[in-house]
Amino acid sequence: MRRFTAFNLTTLTLGMAFLYLPILILILYSFNASRIVTVWGGFSTRWYVQLMQNESILDAAWVTLRVGLLSATIATVLGTLAAIALVRSGRFFGRTLFSGMVYAPLVMPEVITGLSLLLLFVAINFDRGFWTVTIAHITFAMCFVAVVVQSRLMSFDRSLEEAALDLGATPAKTFFAVTLPLIFPAVAAGWMLAFSLSLDDLVIASFTTGPGATTLPMKIYSQVRRGVTPEINAVCTILVAFVATGVLAASVIGKVRAPAKAP
Amino acid sequence: MAGLRLFFGRWIVTIVPYVWLLVFFLAPFLIVLKISFSATAIAMPPYVPVFDQLAGFWEKAKELSFDNYLWLTQDALYIKAYLSSLKIAVISTLITLLLGYPMALAMARAPDRLRPILLMAVILPFWTSFLIRVYAWIGILKPEGLLNQALMATGLITEPLQIINTDWAVYIGIVYSYLPFMVLPLYATLEKMDYRLIEAATDLGATPLKAFWQITIPLSLPGILAGSLLVFIPAVGEFVIPDLLGGSDTLMIGRTLWVEFFYNRDWPVASAVAIILLLLLVVPIVIFQKMQERSA
Repeated sequence: MRRFTAFNLTTLTLGMAFLYLPILILILYSFNASRIVTVWGGFSTRWYVQLMQNESILDAAWVTLRVGLLSATIATVLGTLAAIALVRSGRFFGRTLFSGMVYAPLVMPEVITGLSLLLLFVAINFDRGFWTVTIAHITFAMCFVAVVVQSRLMSFDRSLEEAALDLGATPAKTFFAVTLPLIFPAVAAGWMLAFSLSLDDLVIASFTTGPGATTLPMKIYSQVRRGVTPEINAVCTILVAFVATGVLAASVIGKVRAPAKAP
Repeated sequence: MAGLRLFFGRWIVTIVPYVWLLVFFLAPFLIVLKISFSATAIAMPPYVPVFDQLAGFWEKAKELSFDNYLWLTQDALYIKAYLSSLKIAVISTLITLLLGYPMALAMARAPDRLRPILLMAVILPFWTSFLIRVYAWIGILKPEGLLNQALMATGLITEPLQIINTDWAVYIGIVYSYLPFMVLPLYATLEKMDYRLIEAATDLGATPLKAFWQITIPLSLPGILAGSLLVFIPAVGEFVIPDLLGGSDTLMIGRTLWVEFFYNRDWPVASAVAIILLLLLVVPIVIFQKMQERSA
């Protein structure tokens, strides 16, 4: 029997408070009228207004959005292929190396990934900027996508695919008509994860970026080093709201769709 | 024909991500390795190429320079930074485990319909930006920040505590940022656990505490190991947390690498630092990979 004791309730409440209070405080103080971040001077949206006039932050946000959309999409395609290769291809030449390359970036310190990619781009004389950041983000995000899609592929009834093939569908048609719809929730979750990883990344982008491709985290970081300002709180609040809405919407859509699929 | 196409399709599925990872993951490492053996030069790129042509490989191999590695052993700063990173990572992993375990246990024991909501609540901060979550703590931990204001209002302290720019702030930052990584694998093992075992133990006269030590803990060991590795490995190479929350005397190797690269522009030494960091992490990374493959 699972007994939910008072002790469990206490630890859970304290744990959740620890996880959420700092973010809630940050959001609250983005509406602070006072310029001094730690003193409450009344409710105001002036920092949001000021933010909308800050060209350099808007530029950085635009770069981040483009890198995120492009890298998440390509990473989802590559990561899904990698997951299929890992689950379906059985033994093939260099499989250990391949699975090693898929799992290693998940835990690799970002400073190493960033440094090594930059040295590659320098070695091949590739102009650094938008594309190098995008390639870097694809590379580490595709591994996260692969792991998410892989777990879905394992719990998947292969007889459905076999039936389609027996009935004369080509492998490509089978993939698009049977496999992809069945693994789609995982593919979509993988895309979301890849997008949020890209949106969040500071270290790898700092190493691989070039002139004209300053991302939002880089911008936030350089301002944070100069001190806490309510304007940064406002940027952070918008980002948090953006990601939280996306994740909650995805989980609600997932829940609404799941019962509909049950026979 | 269909068989040929099937073969070709399979081949494409594997080869595209394989080649991508070879080019953008493996090759960069080999370059880092190569540059870590080359001498520093004041140029762009700031290093002397080690072997650009395969011809004369052996002559060039003799010129391989271990200077960067020797430099790392001679300057106490680097050894201190490695040891201090390991210490900070171990201590934060233990604190995260001590905080995360009771949370995961409570989640696993929560009523059925609450569990998905609690799971979501733990995952959500993991989706929100790492940088933002670290930034949020600056305002809380500052001398005139909210924590000190609250503590002084309750009369617990009269002078503000200096927390920001110390190792304490780094521990708080790592524990806070990585807590979901600990809770999720723990929850996964605790949720699957057969709770009849606990009943059997208590029926046979074990106290709840004894049942916990002898049944719950051993059964959740895979979760403990997975969670600890997921916190420990990235924590060793962490840059953002020690940089924003730590003090100037907080030594962590990720930050040393950053300084070597961006401020001192010493790419060969930065590469050597990266290679040693990787060597330190090889064992935990391999254990983690074996666990991933076994569960896969």
